[in-house]
Amino acid sequence: MRISLVSSLAVVAALTAQSAQAETLRLLTWGGYAPEEVIAMFEAETGHTVEVTTSNNEEMIAKLRATSGGGFDLAQPSQDRIASAQEEFGIYKPIDMSRVNADLFIPSMLSATASNTTYDGEVYGVPHVWGTSGLVVNTAMAGDVTDYADLCDASVSGKVSYRLKRPTLIGFAYSMGLDPFAAYSDTAAYQDILDQVEAKLTECKPNVKTYWDGGDEIKNLLRSGEVVASMAWDTGGWQLNADNPDITFVAPEAGALGWIDTFVLPARGRADDAAYDWINFVMQPEIAAMITNTAGNFTAAVDGDAGVSADLKARYQGSFDQAAIDNIKWYPPVPAGLEALEGATLDRINAAN
Amino acid sequence: MVSDTSRLGFYLLLAPILLWLVLLIILPHVGLFVVSISEKIGPREYETGFDNYAAFFTEPLYWRTFARTAIMSILATALTLILGFPIAYYIAKLTRGRTKTTLFLMCMIPFWVSELVRTFGWMILLRETGVFSNVLQYLGVVSGPVEMLYNDAAIMVGLVYTSILFMVVPLVTTLDSLDDSLIEAGYDLGGTSTSILREIVIPHAMPGIVSGCIVVFMLSLGNYLTPILLGGKDSLWFTGMIYTQFITRFNWELGSAFGFLLLALSSFVVFLGLKLSGQSLSETMGRS
Repeated sequence: MRISLVSSLAVVAALTAQSAQAETLRLLTWGGYAPEEVIAMFEAETGHTVEVTTSNNEEMIAKLRATSGGGFDLAQPSQDRIASAQEEFGIYKPIDMSRVNADLFIPSMLSATASNTTYDGEVYGVPHVWGTSGLVVNTAMAGDVTDYADLCDASVSGKVSYRLKRPTLIGFAYSMGLDPFAAYSDTAAYQDILDQVEAKLTECKPNVKTYWDGGDEIKNLLRSGEVVASMAWDTGGWQLNADNPDITFVAPEAGALGWIDTFVLPARGRADDAAYDWINFVMQPEIAAMITNTAGNFTAAVDGDAGVSADLKARYQGSFDQAAIDNIKWYPPVPAGLEALEGATLDRINAAN
Repeated sequence: MVSDTSRLGFYLLLAPILLWLVLLIILPHVGLFVVSISEKIGPREYETGFDNYAAFFTEPLYWRTFARTAIMSILATALTLILGFPIAYYIAKLTRGRTKTTLFLMCMIPFWVSELVRTFGWMILLRETGVFSNVLQYLGVVSGPVEMLYNDAAIMVGLVYTSILFMVVPLVTTLDSLDDSLIEAGYDLGGTSTSILREIVIPHAMPGIVSGCIVVFMLSLGNYLTPILLGGKDSLWFTGMIYTQFITRFNWELGSAFGFLLLALSSFVVFLGLKLSGQSLSETMGRS
C-alpha cells in the first residue's frame, strides 16, 4: 500500500513536472491572510490564479466536511484543530514535506506544528501565521483589568464583552489557577475544570453587555466606548490602538492563548501544485512581511519580521515583554470529543439567568 | 393523438415544479432525516437510533429555547397584524390612483436592500451611542446614554419590521376586492365603525389575514440574522441553536434532528392557526 502510494505520487510528480501548467488555487483562509497585492504578485510570477474565500476555524471544517474535503485546494485552520478533524472526518491529505521549502520556516515552529498535526504517522499541517488572544482594554477607563477574571469585576459592570466559545473557557480556567491544557487527555478532570469555569462565567453574566461573534462587532463596541474591556485577539487591539491610543491589547497575567494558523491540503483538492507554490511563495520574508502588515499578526517565516512596519512592532512590544511571551499558553491539539463537553458547558452558561 | 400531446404538455409544465420539489425540498429532507437518526458513538462510528430526538426532550435548554422561539414568533405575528392591518386598510380603501401606488411603493422600498443592511440600520438606531440614545439625551429626556439593543424588545422590533411587507401585501389584495358598497350598506343599516369592521371587513379579509400570518410566522420562526444581531446574551433563538450544532459543535446529527423538530413545530402551529380561525389552507392560499 505504502509502496503503491509512493510510486503513484512519483508518477504524479513526474507528470506534473512535465507540464507545470497554470492552475486555479481555491484558497480557504482568514481575512487579511491573502492581500490583493500578494495575489497579484503570485499570479504574475507563477501564472496560477487565486480565488479567496475568507472564513473561520469552525466554518472551514464544516465546509470541508460537507464536501468530504472538496471545493478548495488549500485551507488555513489553526493547528490544534487539524488532527481531531482528520480523525473524525478525514477531510485533509498529508503534506509532502519534500515539496515545502523548509528553509523558509522558523525551524522550531515547523517542527512543533508538524508534531501537533500528525495523525496516523502523517503530517497534515505547516505553520503560517501565529498570534494570541487575550484582553483588549480601554486603559483609560478600565486600567485595572489585567487578567481574564478581572472582566467579572464590579468596576466594569455592563461594559464587558467576550465570546461564548472555547477560548473563553480556557482563558478563565487559567485565570482561576487551573490548567485546562494539562487535563485535555483526562475527560473527568477536564469536566471538573469546565464545571468550575461554568460557575464563574454564570456568576459573571450580569457584567457582560453582549457576547460578541465577529471581529468587527467587538471592534465597534470598543471604539464607541460601549465596551471598555473584552477578551479578543491581539491584532484587533493593535488596530484599535492606531485610532485610539487608550485602547490596546493586554497580555493577561495568566498568559495569552497562542494559536498558529497553518496550511493544510483538503482531501479532494485539485491544484496541489498551485497550493505548494503558494506556500513557498508567501513564506518568503518580504511577502510574509506584507501579510503581517495587513493581517496584523506575525508569520512563521524566517526574517518575516524584518519588513514589518515600525508601528506594528512597537505595539507588539508594548503588549508583550519577554516574560509575557514566555507565558503564552500554546493550544495543544484538541482531542476528538472534547468539544462536545465544552459545547454543553457553553449552552448552560448561555441559558443561565 | 390529441390527448398524447396535451399529456406531454402537462408533464412539461409539471416538470419544473416537480424538479424543484424533489431536488431542493424532498431529497435534502430525506438526507437530513438520515443524518438525524444516526448517533455518534466514536470517531467515524455511527449507529442508527433516536437519541438525538431524545436529547432534545431531556435537555431543558433545548425545548425551552424551542418554546421561546415559537412564542416570540407568534407574538411578532400578532404585532405585525395589528400594525399592518390599518396600513393595508388605508392603502386599499382610503386612497386612490397615484397616492395608492406611492404608498404601496413606500412599503416596499426598504425591502430593496438586504435584510442584513436593514438589521444593521436598526443597530445604528438602537445602540448605546446610537441615534435614539443621542436624540433622547439632546432633548433632555434622559441624562445618560440608554442601551436599547441586545434585548428581546429589539428582536421584536426587528422581526416586525422585517416581515411587515408580507402582511401588508396579502391584506391589500383581499381588502381591494371588498366592494365599497357593502361598507356603505352597513352604515345605511345603522352599523357602527366597530361593528362594520367586525361583521364585514374582517370576515372578508380573513383569507388575507391568515395567509399573511402564516408567512410572517414562518419568516420569524426561521429568521436567523435578526435575533442573532439584535438579541442579547439571554436571547436564544432556535435557528441560532441549529447553526451552533452544525458549525461550532460539529454535531450535524443533533442539528438535523433540531431542523426536523422546527419543521414539525411550524407545521403544527400553522395547522392550529387554521383550525382556530376556521380557514382551510387551500381556500386561504387560493383567494389571497
